[in-house]
Amino acid sequence: MSKDIFVIVEQRGGAVQKVSYELIGEAAKLSADLGEQVVAVLLGHEIAHKAETLVQYGADKVLVVDHPVLADYTTEPYVKAVEYIIRTYDPNIVLFGASSIGRDMAPRIAGRVHTGLTADCTRLDVDVKKYQDYLRTSTSLSLQPERIDALDTSDRYLKMTRPAFGGNVMATIVCRKYTPQMATVRPGVMEMPQKDESRRGEIVMVDAGLSMEDQNVTILQVVPSDKKAVDITKAKVLVSGGRGVGGAEGYEPLRQLAALLGGEVSSSRIGVDNGWIEKSRQVGQTGKTVHPDLYIACGISGAIQHLAGMEGSEFILAINKDASCPMMKIADLGIVGDLKVILPKLIAAIKAYKLSQTV
Amino acid sequence: MKIVVCIKQVPDTAEVKLDPKTNTLIREGVPSIINHDDKAGLETALQLREQVGGTVTVVCMGPPQADVALREALAMGADEAYLLSAREFGGSDTYATATILAAALRKIGFDLVITGRQAIDGDTAQVGPQIAEQLHIPQVSYAEALRAEGDHVIVQRQFEDRSHLLQVQLPCLVTALSELNQARYMSVGGIVDAYAKDVTVWGFEDLKNDLNPAFIGLNGSPTNVFQSFGKQLRAPGVVLSGLSADEAVDAIMQTLIQRHII
Repeated sequence: MSKDIFVIVEQRGGAVQKVSYELIGEAAKLSADLGEQVVAVLLGHEIAHKAETLVQYGADKVLVVDHPVLADYTTEPYVKAVEYIIRTYDPNIVLFGASSIGRDMAPRIAGRVHTGLTADCTRLDVDVKKYQDYLRTSTSLSLQPERIDALDTSDRYLKMTRPAFGGNVMATIVCRKYTPQMATVRPGVMEMPQKDESRRGEIVMVDAGLSMEDQNVTILQVVPSDKKAVDITKAKVLVSGGRGVGGAEGYEPLRQLAALLGGEVSSSRIGVDNGWIEKSRQVGQTGKTVHPDLYIACGISGAIQHLAGMEGSEFILAINKDASCPMMKIADLGIVGDLKVILPKLIAAIKAYKLSQTV
Repeated sequence: MKIVVCIKQVPDTAEVKLDPKTNTLIREGVPSIINHDDKAGLETALQLREQVGGTVTVVCMGPPQADVALREALAMGADEAYLLSAREFGGSDTYATATILAAALRKIGFDLVITGRQAIDGDTAQVGPQIAEQLHIPQVSYAEALRAEGDHVIVQRQFEDRSHLLQVQLPCLVTALSELNQARYMSVGGIVDAYAKDVTVWGFEDLKNDLNPAFIGLNGSPTNVFQSFGKQLRAPGVVLSGLSADEAVDAIMQTLIQRHII
């Protein structure tokens, strides 16, 4: 019988990506509900020394596939390796990061082993009671409690929840007829687990029968992004600009404010589409999901696609000329006013305050 | 080169709203468009044809109304168009959709298949790779540039932090980002021609020799929708209006200090 929760670990140039730890943390929660183990699958070349860290973050077992053809990501060798793992170990659940690599590889694997795959999930549940709590407290279904109460609490299938229609609607998807149940999970959404250096687990080297001939595309060149990519998902404070900043130069005061608050600058889609700021700083459905301690929305009206990426922020401060825009409706503090007047004064006030604290 | 572009007709999601009482989408009056990524892929196909010769075929699975999307593709310059439409196809998830499209592609024939990276309604980005899997051909996802060289294509593939220049032999499948190309406008002559041309409609009967009915449609889909609902918005906070700039700054400073940001 299919069992255990497998996490396909993503590494780039030998560095394990943060989303993989988030997935191990989430898998550990699900494994407690299922009474099954968390198995991390580490694919790459000369990467076996990373296995122990995966155990420390919560994996019970690590399967390592080490082969030169896996040194740089290309689709077919990675698909073949995971296919081998699935056919050999028969997992109940397989999770991937919903990154470029995960979303390239996972659909092809689901096709090859003939199972279902749910894209870009933001929530996973096995336990129906926890799922019902979520529906009651965080969704519009709270208005239809009879629909929530009617759910079968003995259901142990993986309930995979994701936004669709540009974030206008949430859908929970199940895959009942086939195993493994597979999902790609959005980076930055699941909680990062605590590292425990005393944890011990089994590490197994797996020969997946790969060869250099499995690679059916040739990497001619790696083209670095012209701007150094920043990870806005790690920032505690984000100062985010929208249409209201007016242009590329309009982000300058936002940068000063972010620097003073130890944060980063981010943007709604409009700033990226207009070339005012780089894509790696975009928040929202087609950008990144963030949940900083403080999100300062400057001149962002709050299209649903943008809100989808930032409504999990701890505290939302909105500054906007329009008191009736959607961002004001979800902001913890909304200031109706002109950015161009308020921001320079705010920057000066923070500088003065900081100075007063050091004396 | 025989290029086949898969397109999807999608509702303009910026206009879709959820009925809070029934938890269903209100789609009435919402305009239907060709998905952005797919349209960029079509434009690339047309440019490739101009450079190396060949034909551009467009394929769309959808209800009979999707004929409009195919006419638009013809008006942009596509040579022929297929609409895959049947009751048996309804309710298909990405696996089942890819199964149907792959069957049609095998019947049409291809050197290069182009799909959009993802559709703005489903946002899954799964159908392209799953078609490639069923056709047993290599895929390159997230193309931001594409050119042909003999029996190869050279694709610039975009990742979060870098791009790769990849060479892949035909036949293969490429998924296009909307930034791959700015789609041309339909020409007036093109629009007239588009309605003079035929859109070939294929139903289940036309593909059944190559299609297992157990693997398509709602019942043949590995995944099913369990629940759908809207998000509950955060509890409203405080909105301060009519403040002077100094008062506004004071209010913000109090918050920053209370929350230990500074």
